[in-house]
Amino acid sequence: MKTDVKGEFSKEETVYRDGDLASRESSSTPSAVSKLFGKADLKYGKTYMAPLLITGILLAGHLSFGILESYDKFIAAILASFAAELVLGRFITGKWRNLTSAYISGISVGILVRSPMIWPFVLCSLLSISSKYVLRYKGTHIWNPSNFGIVALMIIAADSAAVLTVQWGNNMWAMVVIWVVGFFSLYKVDRFHICATYVLSFLAFGWLRSMYTGDPYLSEIALITGPMYQLFVLFMITDPKTTVRSRWGQYLVAFLIAFVEMIFRLNEAVYAPFYALFLVGPVSLIIELWWKNQKAAKLSVSN
Amino acid sequence: MQIDLIKKIIVILFFAALLATPYIMKQLEIMSSDNESDIDKQSAIERYGFFLEEVSDETGIEFKHQSPLLDERLNHILPQVASIGASVSIVDLDNDGYQDIYLTNSRYNTRNALFKNNGDSTFTDVAQEMGVADLNKEGTGVSMGTVWGDFNNSGYEDLFLYKWGKPELFRNNEGRGFTRVTDEAGLPDWINANSAVWLDYDADGFLDLFIGGYYDENINLWKLETTRVMPDSYEYATNGGRNYLFRNNGDGTFTDVTEETGLTTRRWALAAAAADLTGSGYPDLVIANDYGVDEFFVNENGSFFRNAGEPAGIGFAPKSGMSVAFADILNQGVFSMYITNISEPGVLIQGNNLWVPSNKRDDLPVFSNLAGNFGVELGGWSYGGQFGDLNNSGYQDLYVANGYVSAEMGTDYWYDFSKIAGGNQAIIEDAKNWPDMGGRSLSGYQQNRIWLNDGAGRFREVSSNVGGFLDLDSRSVAFADLNNSGTLDIIVATQNNEAKVYRNNTDPASNWISFHLEGTDSNRSAIGAIIELYWDDKRQVQVVSGGNAFSSQNQRPLHFGLGKSEEVEKAVIKWPSGREQVIDKPEISRLHRVTEPTGN
Repeated sequence: MKTDVKGEFSKEETVYRDGDLASRESSSTPSAVSKLFGKADLKYGKTYMAPLLITGILLAGHLSFGILESYDKFIAAILASFAAELVLGRFITGKWRNLTSAYISGISVGILVRSPMIWPFVLCSLLSISSKYVLRYKGTHIWNPSNFGIVALMIIAADSAAVLTVQWGNNMWAMVVIWVVGFFSLYKVDRFHICATYVLSFLAFGWLRSMYTGDPYLSEIALITGPMYQLFVLFMITDPKTTVRSRWGQYLVAFLIAFVEMIFRLNEAVYAPFYALFLVGPVSLIIELWWKNQKAAKLSVSN
Repeated sequence: MQIDLIKKIIVILFFAALLATPYIMKQLEIMSSDNESDIDKQSAIERYGFFLEEVSDETGIEFKHQSPLLDERLNHILPQVASIGASVSIVDLDNDGYQDIYLTNSRYNTRNALFKNNGDSTFTDVAQEMGVADLNKEGTGVSMGTVWGDFNNSGYEDLFLYKWGKPELFRNNEGRGFTRVTDEAGLPDWINANSAVWLDYDADGFLDLFIGGYYDENINLWKLETTRVMPDSYEYATNGGRNYLFRNNGDGTFTDVTEETGLTTRRWALAAAAADLTGSGYPDLVIANDYGVDEFFVNENGSFFRNAGEPAGIGFAPKSGMSVAFADILNQGVFSMYITNISEPGVLIQGNNLWVPSNKRDDLPVFSNLAGNFGVELGGWSYGGQFGDLNNSGYQDLYVANGYVSAEMGTDYWYDFSKIAGGNQAIIEDAKNWPDMGGRSLSGYQQNRIWLNDGAGRFREVSSNVGGFLDLDSRSVAFADLNNSGTLDIIVATQNNEAKVYRNNTDPASNWISFHLEGTDSNRSAIGAIIELYWDDKRQVQVVSGGNAFSSQNQRPLHFGLGKSEEVEKAVIKWPSGREQVIDKPEISRLHRVTEPTGN
């Protein structure tokens, strides 16, 4: 996988791009549709893995349990995400941006945000996408978009919105199937090790928390059986933009996210994983970019 | 280069504007709201049309509810498990024209109270001498709520008490006392119920009884056989208590017709209310379920209930239904329904539901949730949501009781609650997996809401402005004209705390009219009867209820505010028997006692 550390808006070569798992932007002469949603080649692979997976989770959850409180909020989240991507992308780069990333961000917001009002969904989507164009370091955005949007929403609009924390249903098999399909898909695109590191770290830190608080161990790890963690693990922490490029670095970042989450949890932060990723992701990325730049500078001096 | 810079600045400004949006919205909301509190009585009446005075002590209604103590294996989460049971219902027990008040207690060996109205704005607790006080004896379970209905058409309201334990039915002996008739009635030995409604579902002239199950009826919460008693999902639970529908045989006995009528769900019912919402002539049933979707059962000609929650729009999004009440909020001659849920900033924002009928599909009303549009969405951890025209303006206002567990101030169990509530069935349903509450609050010290209906599609919150501030853990709310002054007074039952009574002082220039109905061919309580009142180019429907909101029941007479109008065009009464009666130009500012006409 090639890495874009130049961070130009015009072209990126990473398979995972723009925060959420996204498609490769075609450099050929694509059709209008493929321009917006990636290559027209529908062969299952990295390009479509993330949108297909999240769409599958959404459909499974909704058809089984009616997880979407209303279609209008969900559609508003996706449309706002699309609109922000199109308008800001065009405004900044002069080109229409690929909408795969916006699609995933919109769905994530539509599922994760809980509010009886529509505007928090729209605001969260707009914040998610626009953060990619504003909060950048050395030419690349440093927050996972939907992670940023959700944390920002919880800070600025906590009295109007919350984040999904409850189960979609009481069917253990549905949960297992989502995890298995999700892990398999991530294995195919070489991201499984990140999820596995995080999950194992979470379970271990859960035991530590249980020892510290005296609460039952199962209560400490209960949340990982729910959809909030499924989306967090399968879609947010696997985003390379919030981790680092080296494999050992990815292990370390996933571990650190779980560790920082434990600190937040000990301080009774309900949305601890989002806060942890919000802090660890950008910091680790900045360190890596800085280190690579330093290394490149030394190489150029020595040459 | 300069253009790029300008573009970046524009995007940054846009981003900053997004971040500032909620703050700006909040400031605009504050600027447009009434934030003047503690204004004097006269100013409140001039501005809002009414003022409340808390008169609990003055009236002699001194009653403190006590929460149940349960199996010690639940002690670590007892405040939340034992968080319900405070209830209030209104009855004129001896037909003397004054409304009396029944309050439940929920700890073993505590007593319920029946406050008889002395007619001089004072009350006397007569529960003991009437035989309906000592109903929380060890081993029999504890009281959760009551509904009054004349099941034997004697002319006197009888008492049904639902419990976590043995439910009880008492026959009213012409207002002089009560006789326990539970055993001959054929009621179940043990239920864990938090709702019940009298309704004549088959329109045979005898009141039938719906009971909504909460905990599984096989669980004795004082002697647990297992700790797996909690809901198996926070939003999709199906392991609650069974519901019951008992058909009144007319001879003092009841037959369980739950199976044959299709009311077989187990969704942790917390409230139920009945009214003819489809125009079929038979009462439909709405159930507010905790931990899941609410249910709308359409009555199919008095023989079967069809679950129409999804096609009607209300049975789609699972929340934590706590209360259901009906009102014609826009004076359009149709009922909307208000179902309370949970809203806790930053943790869980379910929002309360105001289901307004938007159209009809195959004779089925289709509802839209317009709580946000009307401004009645965010209450708190809400329980009873009760409608009534508090300022006699001609529009139905809304009182919402809030607050779950007020323990140590400044503490919060929400974090622990949220981590377990998100767990899988295998984890969440076992009480032993739940973290210790340790004396912490959970959505405690929340303020009740009094939302005034402006008649134009908005409600505004005025509780502090009109003397109605209350931040005890409120549960059940009932309205009654306690001193026959033409105003609806408010009675609030609070969990583990004192009941509160508020005397309502309205603008004397605002008129009213009320109707006390008595059925003949219909059930004598006239439960299910609908009055449609026409005045001043307005019309409003109200229904005689056999129990509504959360564990409560309002006074039997239907009270209509008329605003400044001096005349009522007509009152159309649709009796449960199907008969329709029109009263032309009924006199205003008085109670009308109307007996159902017989014959053709």
